Amino acid sequence: MSGEIIAAALVNGLLTGGVYALVALGLTLIYGVLHIVNFAHGSLLMLAMFAAYLMATWAGIDPYLGLPLVAALMFAVGWGLYRFVIGPVSRGEDRALLLATLGLAVVLDNLALVLFTGDTRQLETPLTFAMWQVGPLLLSVPKLISFAVALVLACVLWAFMALTDTGRAIRAVAREPEGARLMGIRPQRMFALAYGIGVACLGAAACLLLPSFYVAPSVGNVFMLVAFTIVVLGGMGSFPGAMLGGLLIGVTESLGGLFLGESLGPICISVVFIAVLLLRPTGLFGAAR
Amino acid sequence: MSRMAWMGIAVLALAPFALTSQYLVNIAMLTAFSAFLGQAWNLSGGFGGLTSFGHTAFFGLGAYVAALFATRWGISPWLALPAAAALGGLAGAVIGFASFRAGLRGSYFALVTLAFAEVFHVLATSLDFTGGGQGINLPLKLGLANFQFVDRRASYAVVLALLTLAMAVAFRLRGSRFGARLAAIRENEDAARALGVDIVRTKTAALALSGAVTALGGVVYCQTYLFVDPQIAFGVERSVEMLLVVMIGGAGTVWGPVLGAIALHLVADTSRAWIATPGFAPMLYGVVLLAIIGLLPGGIVSLRERLRRA
Repeated sequence: MSGEIIAAALVNGLLTGGVYALVALGLTLIYGVLHIVNFAHGSLLMLAMFAAYLMATWAGIDPYLGLPLVAALMFAVGWGLYRFVIGPVSRGEDRALLLATLGLAVVLDNLALVLFTGDTRQLETPLTFAMWQVGPLLLSVPKLISFAVALVLACVLWAFMALTDTGRAIRAVAREPEGARLMGIRPQRMFALAYGIGVACLGAAACLLLPSFYVAPSVGNVFMLVAFTIVVLGGMGSFPGAMLGGLLIGVTESLGGLFLGESLGPICISVVFIAVLLLRPTGLFGAAR
Repeated sequence: MSRMAWMGIAVLALAPFALTSQYLVNIAMLTAFSAFLGQAWNLSGGFGGLTSFGHTAFFGLGAYVAALFATRWGISPWLALPAAAALGGLAGAVIGFASFRAGLRGSYFALVTLAFAEVFHVLATSLDFTGGGQGINLPLKLGLANFQFVDRRASYAVVLALLTLAMAVAFRLRGSRFGARLAAIRENEDAARALGVDIVRTKTAALALSGAVTALGGVVYCQTYLFVDPQIAFGVERSVEMLLVVMIGGAGTVWGPVLGAIALHLVADTSRAWIATPGFAPMLYGVVLLAIIGLLPGGIVSLRERLRRA
């Protein structure tokens, strides 16, 4: 195999990894604060992709321009879901939280199936097939853009959590809900806020994905295991970990596909996932569980 | 339970044999099959609190054993039953030992089971040996010796036997010392350890038992529909349904999976009669799950207790 093919696969994997990281950022935020594995993550991404798709086809708004809108919409959706469904249903119990997000995923996936049927749709924007040539490498422009935005978003999220009062309040609640409550912070409010922000990230991810990815009610499944793997690999709750984990997984998938073939390639992700969980469940950058 | 209750249950279980409508018998069979799979999940997920999101791994292994026995090796499908149980048990033991030794619990365990099922999914899709993505068609050879029946009542009898077996295992588990150790771990792992319960060993045994029983379901599925493919065998939907049935009926109880399966199929079949759009019935499953977790965390089984208290 020539070095050029491997280099192309590497670069392509890195770019795809940027997109994956974007999906994983919200997941790691939700985990870091709520300590729950959000099984509805893929389904919410699917929902956001449909929102962006419908906006583009009905109102003619380019997904890139509509990004703030979809992110705001998804924030509202996430906040509302936590406030009115997940929070009340789970009463803060771990197993109930897990099952509540799973139930939510089942509802959302099938709701989409009822509303939009199982058809696969593809949005073509002026940038869908745009390529940028760098030396011998051809880089997909939509993927480059999402890569860059993922980096920016990771920094923004980090800054928000580290530097603002709200971010501090969220971190306080994550660490010690009872203590935070005594300081006048309402934990349930912060949880809803964190869930909303995590889901808003999916709104951004959806808009960035749309020019280069299909939309279907089952599309969330494509990203679920990948996003979980990244979050576990990077350490649950860590933003830099999610970024780096995303890139690692993008490359792993790309090289796996190259060496093992289209159909066996995806096994790499599951194997990495299992290996990390079994051997180093705190991830590469995570602190103690 | 009183003798009357047992008789009522027996009448209910045997009633489908009196039905002439193959459609209705089919519904009864599907319900009993859901109850069986739910009970199989319940053995580890309910009684042991080991919430698995990937139980279809065991089901799929059983289904592929039956398919390969029939098409590649020409071995009697009846022998597929013990072989599948052994393989399912082994898979449960390996997955369980690896996960529990690493100390995975709660959502971490759920995730790792999901990933194991996905590994099998990818393998089944990419290996020629298992027919790849196209799956395996079993040749039609009707008859008792080949474990293939045209009359749905015969299939119902097979599923009923399977369900009875799973129920017996559940009853046995509930009354055994092993069951008590498992319950102790579920309620408080640290306390159980302090009392000298071998956590890893007990949990691993529970998952192996559940895996063995679940794999039997795969064989019966394959012999009933004479077809298996990676999605049927290892798709996440089946894992979710197994868990759903148990959560709705009542986790860690003997009758929960049966009640959950009946409730779920009532919802599914009545809603399909009203609105046949694909996705509508499964959407209701999700709604029912959310409602149960929120309003009746003990499942339908706990309804009696709650009514008595009210």
